[in-house]
Amino acid sequence: MNSFWIILFHTYLNKLKSKSFIVTTLLTVVLVLALTNINNIIDIFDKNGGKENVAVLDESGALYEPFKQQLKTINKDINLKLYKGSEKEAEKAVEKGDVTGVIQLRYNAEKLPEATYKAMSIADSSLFTDLQTALQQVKTMQAASQINLDPAQLQKLYEPVSFEKFALEKNAKTEEELNQARGLVYVLLFIIYFAVIMYANMIAMEVATEKSSRVMEILISSVSPIKQMFAKILGIGLLSLTQLAVFLIVGYYSLSKNMESLKDGFFGVYGFGDIPVETIVYAVIFFILGYFLYATLAAFLGSLVSRIEDVQQMITPMTLLVVAGFMIAMFGLGKPDAPFITATSYIPFFTPMIMFLRVGMLTIPAWEAILGILILVATIAVLAIFGARVYRGGVLMYGKSNSYKDIKKALQLTKNE
Amino acid sequence: MVLKLEHVTKRFGQFTAVDDLSLTIPEKEMFGFLGANGAGKTTTFRMILGLLDSTAGRITWDDRPIDYSTSHLVGYLPEERGLYPKLKVLDQIIYLARLRGMQKNEALIELKSWLERFKISEYENKKVEELSKGNQQKIQFIAAVVHRPKLLILDEPFSGLDPVNVEMLKDAVLTLKQKGATIVFSSHQMHHVEEMCEHLCIMQKGKPVVHGALKEIKREFGKKNLIIHAEFPLDSLKNYPGVVKATPTMEGILLQIEGERVAESILKEIVGKGFIRKFALEEPSLNDIFIEKVGNSYE
Repeated sequence: MNSFWIILFHTYLNKLKSKSFIVTTLLTVVLVLALTNINNIIDIFDKNGGKENVAVLDESGALYEPFKQQLKTINKDINLKLYKGSEKEAEKAVEKGDVTGVIQLRYNAEKLPEATYKAMSIADSSLFTDLQTALQQVKTMQAASQINLDPAQLQKLYEPVSFEKFALEKNAKTEEELNQARGLVYVLLFIIYFAVIMYANMIAMEVATEKSSRVMEILISSVSPIKQMFAKILGIGLLSLTQLAVFLIVGYYSLSKNMESLKDGFFGVYGFGDIPVETIVYAVIFFILGYFLYATLAAFLGSLVSRIEDVQQMITPMTLLVVAGFMIAMFGLGKPDAPFITATSYIPFFTPMIMFLRVGMLTIPAWEAILGILILVATIAVLAIFGARVYRGGVLMYGKSNSYKDIKKALQLTKNE
Repeated sequence: MVLKLEHVTKRFGQFTAVDDLSLTIPEKEMFGFLGANGAGKTTTFRMILGLLDSTAGRITWDDRPIDYSTSHLVGYLPEERGLYPKLKVLDQIIYLARLRGMQKNEALIELKSWLERFKISEYENKKVEELSKGNQQKIQFIAAVVHRPKLLILDEPFSGLDPVNVEMLKDAVLTLKQKGATIVFSSHQMHHVEEMCEHLCIMQKGKPVVHGALKEIKREFGKKNLIIHAEFPLDSLKNYPGVVKATPTMEGILLQIEGERVAESILKEIVGKGFIRKFALEEPSLNDIFIEKVGNSYE
């Protein structure tokens, strides 16, 4: 077998069998399962099946019924109970935990409803808000009837205005498509971000480990550094695909089982039902190119350090580049057509995330995406050639210093004067 | 399959590591490199292996440069020992052997026989970091020779080993030579080179100071050592014509003389003066030659 493949599979299998890889993969699988089952998990922890009991002390004697009716339309899970005892007794019931809280309803001087809500803690803002909204509606109705508005007039007043959005550009994405794209881009941006940081780190560590254990000198006397570098990058790349495949399969399986319960949540809004093929293709292209870009960078940075402890310090600037790209992309999710986003999408270190954001969210001419990809590919090629030379010199260089000045030194080592 | 270095020079910026080095290393011979730290031995090896490009000059093996197309014929034991600390001995050696173009099962057979030879078969499935330093060194040596190289480059193969292991390794190196490998090795220890090499080169600050066949070098040097142990004072011999240097010892005197003739006349001179316990004429040691050529002691 060619030495390239030997290194590739050695790297791949060794990492695959390593404890840290197995643990991370399992933990992430658990996380994926947890996220896709989040509704079920919340239900398990909710006492009373998610229902809240609230005692009502109706001092007016007329507010309980309308209040209950209004609340029913807002949140069915809040159980109102007319409480017959005194205020003190009600408070005791709250302390004992029989009810979550107690609400006192009464009329103020203007004959309009007002209330006091008492609970052990007022941290649960959603319950409080629901109660308040219900009472607000009761108040609105009663106030309206005081000034002799009939319900039809009232309804007219509260009817939402019709407001539709149209994009005039041909092929522009509709509101629904945009939401869908946003969700997809959001998820894929995260995947690109984490994958790049995690696997680039892994490569830098791998190179630095070989160098610090000094096995490197035997390796480079057997196989050319360029071959080694790319075999390693591809080996780890294969590893990343394996891991992603595991996550995707687990995620898909778990999701399809829970589709019912999630339909009206996050996944309903960001309908994942029909993802455009084009977006997926771009996602794969940008994921792979982004990986190669940062992996090459990480490999040659890793070749410059002599001790493993220095790896983090060396690749921090690279990590910051990834983070910067991610931040810009996050901003771009809300405003994908900003000139700033357009400009940064051509900077190769940001292209994988930001150009992908643009092709996912906007309808941009194909040449723009292709131009971005070409710039990216060219940068990878330049980095690979440059990186391979630094790598060749860097792996022979040992010493305390680990600064970017070493790049120059490493290049000199490989140069014929 | 002659290894030839022609006017090889290597400069790192202002610093000249190797200066106009020309050597011929014949096939199936053992060639020794001597020199203090920083003399340029490792740099020379790295250039031979193609890890570093020479600034000037040419290095050829069988009239071709050594590059990755010949890497399966070359074995290298670097001065800075290094293996994967977390990898088992077996996986490690097989991986490295396969990188040098060996088949897996072939490498396995070869590895087993080496482990047996070094009496460390039980470490086959141990991680390298769990082994003692001496045993790690043996594994390192196996890694360099497991693919049966035709050209073997050993950078300080005996440093850091106890005498028993040094003998074991020396033996292994000699066996490899008998099997037809060309071996180049470096050492701090003059006597290793003296014992094992037909050809040698002493380097000083990147320059070859002495270079050639061991016998030639000694003959050309001409001077011999004369050891005399006697029961009467020998101080008068210090100024005897033909004596270059005299060093008093506990039991007598050590003289460096210009040739056998001088020894003959000294013998005539002292015979009859008293009991002579020892009168021995010896070849000069490499150390003597080194001191003479370089002007200061080496070891």
